[in-house]
Amino acid sequence: MDRFDRHYNLKGFGKAGQEKLQNAKVLVVGAGGLGCPILLYLAAVGVGKIGIVDGDSVSESNLSRQVLFGQHDLGKNKAKVAGKILNEKYANLEVEVIPEFLRTDNIIGYLQDYDLVIDGSDNFPTRYLVNDACVVLNKPLVFGALYQNEGQVAVFNAKGSKSINYRDIYPNPPSAGEVPNCNEIGILGVFPGIIGCTMAAEAIKLISGFGEILDGKMHFYNFLNHSDYKIELTKNQQSYQNRPKSIEDLQSMDYQDFCGLSADISWEEVRTLMHDFPDAFLVDVRGKDEEPQLEGLAFQQIETDQIDASLDKIAQHDTILLFCQTGIRSAKAARKLQEKFPDKYIRSIKGGITSFK
Amino acid sequence: MVLTIKVFGKISEEIDQMEFSIENPGNVSALIEKLQAQFPQIQELKYAIAINHQLAKPSEDIPDGAEVALLPPFSGG
Repeated sequence: MDRFDRHYNLKGFGKAGQEKLQNAKVLVVGAGGLGCPILLYLAAVGVGKIGIVDGDSVSESNLSRQVLFGQHDLGKNKAKVAGKILNEKYANLEVEVIPEFLRTDNIIGYLQDYDLVIDGSDNFPTRYLVNDACVVLNKPLVFGALYQNEGQVAVFNAKGSKSINYRDIYPNPPSAGEVPNCNEIGILGVFPGIIGCTMAAEAIKLISGFGEILDGKMHFYNFLNHSDYKIELTKNQQSYQNRPKSIEDLQSMDYQDFCGLSADISWEEVRTLMHDFPDAFLVDVRGKDEEPQLEGLAFQQIETDQIDASLDKIAQHDTILLFCQTGIRSAKAARKLQEKFPDKYIRSIKGGITSFK
Repeated sequence: MVLTIKVFGKISEEIDQMEFSIENPGNVSALIEKLQAQFPQIQELKYAIAINHQLAKPSEDIPDGAEVALLPPFSGG
């Protein structure tokens, strides 16, 4: 008896399908609610090589849906924990652990070695970055995303450059804050499992040539009432105009900025945020001797060159607000921090302490 | 003639329904204008539009009796 005996017996799949899975190299972006079931099933069905990309660490609120992790994993990097579990389960599986977030300066190198990319990330800058990199490198992409009790799944770029990509349906991202993520609007633990399994199934079918895939189609599913909706996508001229055409173009893009996430906020907005989100973390990034000191709002001082050494402390908060003297140093620091924590709300305060009222 | 409008994600949350009917204004851009007037709360939202399960362009005509879907992007994972 072989581990894949049931696959061999499955009409239309057989040993030929299994061999294709064994030879496949798949990169999974995000080891979260979608990534966990995707990784478990890709490894179980016998995909030859799996790359796991995630710079985030396990937090307690992840445990209701991110089924690879348990209470003893709190604070550990998700890609590392996931990689260790998959390696322990299956001796002949090759796993590459990438404990980082994808950025314009590392994505090309990481994607190059893989035949297929699966995007289970949780923010628009990463989704546009992964899409554009797949188009530039001509890699098929299985896309899936969640909004509360609804999910969308699509397969992009499966037929090379003539194929549809994410920008054909959404040429421009929504404005900042327009579409809340799971942290803000909540999600029921089991639902990402359904969409993640659908994504894994699309990847397995695409690799093995088994059945039909959602090539150039987007499937919407509502898990509260089981309604689903499928649409045929078509090429969009605006999509072509907006996206980077080469690796160099992509590397010079600023995806945070493109998604409206590098906008600065006012002190008035800071007060509202600190009132609405008691967890909000206000940080003075100036040197200790710089005047005037901020009065009337709780803050901590972390000088710009100390930020990298204070990431653990910063990571405990979901809303992070930075100020300096005039807003220039804090804007730069906010941008760098946002790359490290793409799913957090990180803003620089316009005009710095000089505009404090 | 009326159109059946199906809505998803945040749009359905904002207008508190998943499906409704509206008089056919003729084409996609006219429909967007009409929807914005009827539901000011979705004015700022970005969404794709499909006519009878096909992604549509702004200039596209809408046949009478069509089913039109308003499809916002999702990002959660």
